[in-house]
Parts: sequence; structure tokens; C-alpha cells
Amino acid sequence: MTVAAEQSKVNLREPPSWRRTKNRIATVLMVLAFVLVIIPLGFVLFTVIAKGASIISWSFLTSSIPVNVAPANVGGIGPAIVGTIEITALATVMAVPLGILGAVYLNEYGGKNWLARLIGFMSDVMTGVPSIVMGLFIFSIWVLHFGFSGLAGAFALGCLMLPIVIRSTDEMLKLVPDPLREASYALGATKSRVTLTVVLPAAIAGIVSGALLAVARAAGETAPLLFTILTVTTVNKNVFSGANTSLPSQIFSNATSPYVGAQARGWGAALTLIVIAFVLMVVARFVTARFTRYSR
Amino acid sequence: MEQPEQNVVAKTEMPKPAALQDTQPSDAAVSGTSGEHVFNTKNVSIYYGSFRAVTDVSLTIYENEITAFIGPSGCGKTTVLRTLNRMNDLVPGARVEGDVDYRGAPVYAPDVSATAVRRRIGMVFQKPNPFPKSIYDNIAYGPRINGERKKSKLDEIVERSLRQAALWDEVKNRLNKSGLALSGGQAQRLCIARTLAVEPDVVLMDEPCSALDPIATAAIEDLMRDIKSQYTIVIVTHNMQQATRVSDRTAFFSVLRNEKSDTRTGVLVEYDRTENIFQNPRDSRTQAYVTGRMG
Repeated sequence: MTVAAEQSKVNLREPPSWRRTKNRIATVLMVLAFVLVIIPLGFVLFTVIAKGASIISWSFLTSSIPVNVAPANVGGIGPAIVGTIEITALATVMAVPLGILGAVYLNEYGGKNWLARLIGFMSDVMTGVPSIVMGLFIFSIWVLHFGFSGLAGAFALGCLMLPIVIRSTDEMLKLVPDPLREASYALGATKSRVTLTVVLPAAIAGIVSGALLAVARAAGETAPLLFTILTVTTVNKNVFSGANTSLPSQIFSNATSPYVGAQARGWGAALTLIVIAFVLMVVARFVTARFTRYSR
Repeated sequence: MEQPEQNVVAKTEMPKPAALQDTQPSDAAVSGTSGEHVFNTKNVSIYYGSFRAVTDVSLTIYENEITAFIGPSGCGKTTVLRTLNRMNDLVPGARVEGDVDYRGAPVYAPDVSATAVRRRIGMVFQKPNPFPKSIYDNIAYGPRINGERKKSKLDEIVERSLRQAALWDEVKNRLNKSGLALSGGQAQRLCIARTLAVEPDVVLMDEPCSALDPIATAAIEDLMRDIKSQYTIVIVTHNMQQATRVSDRTAFFSVLRNEKSDTRTGVLVEYDRTENIFQNPRDSRTQAYVTGRMG
């Protein structure tokens, strides 16, 4: 190759220059940035698995929560898993449809009118509300009147999820190209038809993964549940009444306890929560792939 | 749905793709008698906000003919086209003055539903815009929103529409594949088939071939001549050869500049049989444009 280059009159080799150096520096920086991002994630996973994996067993996942002084091999976190699933599911049922409908209004119907602007602005503000404030809010308007319950926790989580769902759905709807809407209108479709049969299907993959991200986020929230569900040691199957518990609440209470057994169960609960979030992400991937079958 | 049956124009042998450079008017001469008026516009001005995009357009579009709108960019030909089926309603701030009559019915009367208008007057867009659905569902979309649920009927409509759009043989074995997987020319024919599936009376085409290569263009032009006996077609085109090849009548639009107020607006300069526009234009601006000295 060098011979050919020397024989030829044209020199196609890139000249050693500042530009080449800049390119190298930028590449190295990007790899470095990626590694930096991965390191904390790797550490978290490693630590949680190292400290939590040994305690995981079927009986750990299903048993009632023992007193904190109990050794690590006694009891489990069954009520917390049930509580997390109940409360998050209820919050999802409340927040996701409402959020999607809100985003549809903002993007397809409201346009730039004052109501749509107001809703968009308020939803952005709501995103910035600290989760503990959301918990206090539900505490003062609901818990003080009706007592602690999974429902109250679901309200708090739903309030947190709502702006996330609205924002992510809105972004997805914005990505649906207008020519698709026009094509549908040109066939004589009404606005609701266009929205239902073209816009939402075209955006569904993004909407679903946005919603699942919000679910995962809510499943991991502790603060809003502190004043809304308390913690309990046995399974409460009725999400609508009576105190309940959840994995994050349990992690919080176990981690602040001085007993080795409780801390070990806290690590186990942390690992369980991460696995649940991971499963949700995988499901999101599959759902997305299923829905985007026709998009290319 | 209303189907035009009368005044079927005798179909002439269409030129082969080799005749792409042929500038002879195709079959304009054959359709000597004028059919029914499909559209009558009178003094139509179209505004986007305070900008008057088009001023005082009056023209008549005849049944079972292909009418071409030509003119330089920004002369408002697409705007006029989109006014015919109220697509401009979707543009915020768009407003129409004057009368647009479709078979005697005012299109912009307050009690007229834009949806009903668009069911009769279909549209094919500049860029092929298939839905991200299967080929079958793309075609069945229109009939479905009009309430057709029967599978056998839908199958029949899908096959008929794809055959009319000369796409059936290419896609009949992959009807469940994505409409987005088609090539540009195929995707545009899919969009035409989708429009034909609702059996419109009129098909509006906004530069349907501008994103296509000459072979795909020839296929679409063949298709237009094929379906002309059943539909009335209005086509916006930047390609003058295309206008001469396919259209019976041509409307030449131009930009009118007002030096004093420094505004511009689109106007209809001349509207006539295609051969007259290209061979004996009455207006000097038309002549300048069709001979390539302007625009």
C-alpha cells in the first residue's frame, strides 16, 4: 500500500494535522464519558447483587416481615412485594390513561389555545414538585380524612406519574408526521378517527415505553409513601383500605435499623426492586418491538 | 357514493415510457365535448392569516378530465388545490373568500362538513405518505372508517384498488408487509390505491411524481390515464412535460407582485385546453413560462 501511495502522483493519505488530533481527542473523551456513566451503575448493581443475592429464596419473597431484631434467615418481604405491585398497578391505572388523554388534548385538540398552554405549563410545574411534597399533599387532603391505605399511596404515585406520562406522550405525538394526519383527513376521517386510528397507533411504542418508565420510577419512590401507606408486616390484600407497605418503604425502614438481619433483608428487598424494574424495562422493549412491526 | 358514469372519454393508446420526452398533448384533442362541471370557483381568494396567498381565481373543472395546475413556486397552485377539498381547514389561520362549488353545492357553506367533502374528493400528496400499517390495512383504512367491516368486501376493495393503481401484481404476495417497506414509486401508487379505495368522485394530486424517478412517473401517468374514465383528476405539477402528457386542460398560475406595498399574491393567468396553453398561449406570461424563459 505504501508503495502504491509513493508511486501514485496523488496522495490520498490524510495529512497529520490538528484536525486529526481533535478527532482523536473527541473520540477518547466520548469513550471516557461512557465509561464514567457506566461505573456508578455497575457499582450499584454489583453491591446490591453481592449483598442481596444470598438472602433471596422463595420463602424470603413470600414470608411476612419479621421484627427487625430477627436474624437474616427469618421471615421475608412478601407483604412489601404485594404492596408495591398493588399500589403501583393502581397508580398506573389512574395516571396512564389520564396522562395519555391529557397529552392527546394538548397535542391534537388544544393546539395553542390558553387552556392547552395552561395545562402544559402546570404539568411541567408538577414534574418539578418534590415527591415528598406530593406525599404531604395526599396526606392532608386524603389520609387525614380516610386514613392510611394503598389507595392513598396510589394517589401520591399517580400524581408523580401523571406529568411524566403527559410529557413523554406529548413528545411522542409531536413526532407523528403531519402528512400521516393529512392522509387520514383526506380519506374523510374525523379528528377523533385520525387520532385513534393513525396518530395513537403511530406513537404507541413510544407512549408505552414512556408509561413504563413512569411506572418504574413510581415503583421505586419512597417519599410519597411515607405519609400515605405506613408500613405493615403482613400482606394487606385490600389496596383500598388499611395501612400497607412497599419495597422502597421497607428498604428505607430496614436500612435505618441497626440490626444485621434487617439490613440483610433490606439488601434483598433492594435487589428484588431492581429486578422488578428490570423486568418492566424488558417488557417495554418487547412491547415496543411488537408495536413497531410496521414502522419500517 | 356518487359515481360519474356519463361522458366516458374514449381512451387513447397511452404513450409508452419511451415517449417520455414526447411533448404532444396526449388525448386532449379526443375529448372534444366538455362534460359536466365538477368544480366551479368564482373569485376565490385564499388567505393565510393576513397574507393573501391567492387572489380572484375563477375556473371550471370538468368531469372525467385531467386538469393540470402549473406555474412557478409560490404561485398558489397547491393552495388552490387544497381549497377544493377543504384540506386548508387544517392550516391554522387559513381562510377562503369567494365561491367554491362542487357539483352545484357550495363547499364552504357553514353547514357543510369538511369530512363529507373529503370523502368525495380524495387527495394524493407530494411525498408518498403510507400509514405505518400493512399494505392491506393501508388500503382498507378508508373503507373501514366509512363503516365497512366485512372481510370479504374489504378483500375485494383492496384487490380492486391495487389493480387500478397497477400495484396488485407487485404486492399481492405480501399484503401483510409494512406499507413503509415499498419503494418511492410503489408507495405513491399505494397512496393512490388508498385514495381510490373509498371510491371518490374527484382525485386531487399535489405533485404526485416530484419525488419519483422517470419510470415510476411513467407508471403513475399511465395509471392516471387508465382511471380517468371513472374519476375527475386535478393535478399540480412542476413538470410541464407531464402536464402536456396527461392533462386535458391546464391552468397557468403566476405570482403577481405589488411593488408599492411590496406584497405578492398568486393569480390564475390563463386556463384553457392543454394544447392551447402550450402552443397558442394568449397571455405573454404563459408563453414566457411554457417556453422556459421564466420561472
